Amino acid sequence: MQRRIFGIETEFGIRFAPRGLGQLSPEEAARVLFRPVVAWGRSSNVFLNNGARLYLDVGSHPEYATAECASLTDLVRQDKAGERLFEDLAEQAEDHLALRGTEGRMHLFKNNVDSAGHSFGSHENYLLSRRAEFSRLVRFLVPFLVSRQLVVGAGRVHPAGCPTAEAMTLEGGSYSFSQRADYVWEAASAATTRSRPLINTRDEPHADASQYRRLHVIVGDSNMSETTLLARAGMTDVVLRMIEDRVRLPDLELKNPGMALRAISHDSSGRGAVELADGRSIGALDLQREFLASARAHLEKEGSPRPEMPYVMDLWERTLDAVESGDASGIDTEIDWAIKKKLLDGAIARGRTDFSDPKIAQLDLAYHDINQHRGLFYLLQRKGRARQWVQESEIRTATEQAPPTRAALRGGFVDAARRAGLDHTVDWVHLKVNQHPGLSHTCQDPFAAQDPAVEESIRQMLASAPSVPGSAMPPV
Amino acid sequence: MAQFRDSSQESERAREREQEQELVGEARPVDQSLVSETDDILDEIDSILEENAEEYVRGFVQKGGQ
Repeated sequence: MQRRIFGIETEFGIRFAPRGLGQLSPEEAARVLFRPVVAWGRSSNVFLNNGARLYLDVGSHPEYATAECASLTDLVRQDKAGERLFEDLAEQAEDHLALRGTEGRMHLFKNNVDSAGHSFGSHENYLLSRRAEFSRLVRFLVPFLVSRQLVVGAGRVHPAGCPTAEAMTLEGGSYSFSQRADYVWEAASAATTRSRPLINTRDEPHADASQYRRLHVIVGDSNMSETTLLARAGMTDVVLRMIEDRVRLPDLELKNPGMALRAISHDSSGRGAVELADGRSIGALDLQREFLASARAHLEKEGSPRPEMPYVMDLWERTLDAVESGDASGIDTEIDWAIKKKLLDGAIARGRTDFSDPKIAQLDLAYHDINQHRGLFYLLQRKGRARQWVQESEIRTATEQAPPTRAALRGGFVDAARRAGLDHTVDWVHLKVNQHPGLSHTCQDPFAAQDPAVEESIRQMLASAPSVPGSAMPPV
Repeated sequence: MAQFRDSSQESERAREREQEQELVGEARPVDQSLVSETDDILDEIDSILEENAEEYVRGFVQKGGQ
């Protein structure tokens, strides 16, 4: 398929750090965070005017699911819009608590693991052609997903005593490519919280099931870097295209994907061998080089309608070169693990310390704080040490405006129903005004940004709405 | 996973680290350009991160997600 719908669901870590007394559990902190959302939507699970979904997930993680995006750049905008919405909510939560005598900082971390080793995810959704045979898809996609962390991992500091690092005979503290790799165990299954797979096999296309399948990838790291996220979705898109187009790909099926994932994450050389199902062994760099070469050849032959693709392919290659040479200076403003590592290396050199120092672990975590004033990724971005792909004004717009897909219908519908004061129930496919069956719609085509029937309902609702403008978002 | 030692082990570890550094201090060259380039940023970070490093990291405990 040339065209595709992309979406990302991000679970954020939450922690309220009081200045004095007044510790809050993550559940309590999340409840305060969601007060304005509940006041706005009468629920802690709402669809917004930009088509996205904001909710409290398993384990009280604040979660943001982007709207359906048909372009890679829209995906970056929508993903960052989710950060900004939660940043605003966290500031409101701090104000609310301060007024009640509990001053402190409401930290939201866009990372994938806490200090006790609990992991939370960044789940990617890719709409696939139903013709792509699932077993073949898993067979060819898994070796790519296992090794792509060399390029799109968010990087993680491990204090001394990390079992996986010790198993790799790394002593003392260490740094791995991926946050998530230590917590994923098998190739594909329906499990989500125990024995996590790389690919969740739950088949809910949220679209015409005879035409489409939705691929749910849960092995990825949350990205702070806009360009790293762009590469993550762009590289995966082109590999999926090759699988859908039945391109002859090298058979690189791994003997044990979970073990390979961890071994690759903790091996900064990219050269450590992992075992293939047929008994051969191969290093992560070579695995990625195979996919990169096939992708290049495919794009040269078939072309790509995506304007971002030349940059994605170039960044993919430069990052593999950086791992191979051990010199990350060519990518250290564009790739999360390298942006962060440059900062950490500087701190280690200055403090004459190493990765086992709690101060270094603090810098690692603070890199993922989504607050633009105190999050270290944003500090680095202000200093020109993290490249921007989109303008801040585009991100702000994306907090209120849906991308040109089915999300635009949903956003318009939600906005009109709210303005008209009508109770409504919305999900990815259905738009419903309770008690008005005539205003209910099913939208099976996720690419369709227009639908005359939905637009007519929106007009009717707006015509009956009082002229006071509705609030687009949880009040900020 | 118990990735963080208790504080007595931690301070023991810190002492060991200091000793190691005294021993290797001369031998290990420090990349001066990296130090100066990053110095300003690290100073700024020190003023941003109010909390003690160990508390900052250790205080972040969630239930598992998906």
